[in-house]
Amino acid sequence: MSFLEVTLELLSGFSMTLAIFSLTLLLALPLGLLISFCTMSKFKPLRYTFKVIVWIVRGVPLMLFLFIVYYFPGFVLGSPIYGRFTATIIAFVVNYACYFSEIFRAGIEAIPQGQTEAGLVLGMTRIQIFTYVTLQQVIKRIIPPMGNEIITLVKDTALARVITVVEIIWRAEQLMSKAIIWPLFYTAVFYLAFVGALTLLFGYLEKKQGYYKI
Amino acid sequence: MSILEVNNIIKNFGQTEVLKDISFTLEKGEVLAIIGSSGSGKTTLLRCMNYLEIPDGGTINVNGISYFDANEQRSLSEKEIRLRRLHFGLVFQSFNLFPQYTVLQNLILAPRLLRKYELKTALKTFQITKNEYKEKKAALSQELEINARKLIAKVGLTEKADFYPCQLSGGQQQRAAIARALSLTPDILCFDEPTSALDPELTGEVLNVIKDLKSNDTTMIVVTHEMEFAKHVADKVIFMVNGVIEEEGTPKEVFETPKSPILQAFLGRTALK
Ligand SMILES: Nc1ncnc2c1ncn2[C@@H]1O[C@H](COP(=O)(O)OP(=O)(O)OP(=O)(O)O)[C@@H](O)[C@H]1O
Ligand SMILES: [Mg+2]
Repeated sequence: MSFLEVTLELLSGFSMTLAIFSLTLLLALPLGLLISFCTMSKFKPLRYTFKVIVWIVRGVPLMLFLFIVYYFPGFVLGSPIYGRFTATIIAFVVNYACYFSEIFRAGIEAIPQGQTEAGLVLGMTRIQIFTYVTLQQVIKRIIPPMGNEIITLVKDTALARVITVVEIIWRAEQLMSKAIIWPLFYTAVFYLAFVGALTLLFGYLEKKQGYYKI
Repeated sequence: MSILEVNNIIKNFGQTEVLKDISFTLEKGEVLAIIGSSGSGKTTLLRCMNYLEIPDGGTINVNGISYFDANEQRSLSEKEIRLRRLHFGLVFQSFNLFPQYTVLQNLILAPRLLRKYELKTALKTFQITKNEYKEKKAALSQELEINARKLIAKVGLTEKADFYPCQLSGGQQQRAAIARALSLTPDILCFDEPTSALDPELTGEVLNVIKDLKSNDTTMIVVTHEMEFAKHVADKVIFMVNGVIEEEGTPKEVFETPKSPILQAFLGRTALK
């Protein structure tokens, strides 16, 4: 197989990697914010329920979680209710939303109470204070840990192959069965290029929020 | 009629009685200085007046109208509290400017949100026509900026209007915070140890701003450890001990002829500092 053919083959696998990555990010960020609000709720049952959920989801290996999400409904109901790709997205979104929620919580709790109080005595509503005062400061604080987590996500997508979702590494392994091994090493280039781009993006975001100190 | 009447305010944190039966009145344009040792409840009293804490007992009237009443049966909605709060302003010890906004933006943010909300309500209740609404909304930014720049000039920060808080000295930040508190024209402006977080050489500029406000007839309550300031600027001084008013009077009475032995000891200590 020529280099170009292999590249095209791997690219088609990488498009699945990107699909898992972007869908997870798109859904896990808002869900994570929602979960963080729940884990900070003044209503105890809600707070503890979500703390337990976060504990369980973060405590179970993502690989095992993928198996559970994919096979469990079939095991209980006798037939699967969704496909591999959907199962992958559900597992990744739930898993990453829990990690993100902890980053959000730490970011929100780090904002001094004085910022909210200053807003309150100026007659602002709590929603206004969150949107116009706190949110931007939270974002500034969480850019570095989020960058870390999102880069981990890029590489975690490779786990989807345990329920036979054909992402880039799986593609390379298929080529291995034709007795060519170098494409497997070649996949690293795709990851490196993508993570490099993300690193630049996060560096840019950090710089953009660098005009003020908190 | 007094601009402020505080009657029998009680505040407990769990088992601790932090304010025990606090009562005083304030006339329009007067400056009240509150002094007292650490933990006597000065901050808590200011926070109660700004609805940051809800007292467990007592009443507060502003301009003769009920502002807070512990016996009020129904609980107030967040919106009602928000509107009542506008009677008071509060300047914090730690400034609490919004770091991501310039001085000017810090001053404009809250009034802009408030005025937009008022305009929308006026439109919804047919007090103004759609055209009037559009005109007023368009004129709003400029109006707010002019007003904000006036206040910034008043605290001597004209050159710093477009600076971010992190680019200012502590004294400048506190003056910006004072201008911000004035941007909603509160009836009564409260200060919680406005100079305590500042280097000694910066306290003067902040105290001078407060002094200037007094000549403009702003009603103020200043919690302070600056005895010289209390002596020369205040019209009335309250000395607090363990959640009660131990002594109150004119600066002359409190500083020159203190009756309470605790006050005498307190003044002796601070004079030695
Ligand atoms: N949120 C709270 N929960 C429990 N106790 C509190 C709380 N806020 C204040 N207190 C207690 O109330 C008492 C009065 O506190 P406050 O901050 O009003 O004193 P202060 O006169 O402002 O003191 P300082 O001069 O040190 O600022 C203190 O004993 C304090 O520990
Ligand atoms: Mg205090």
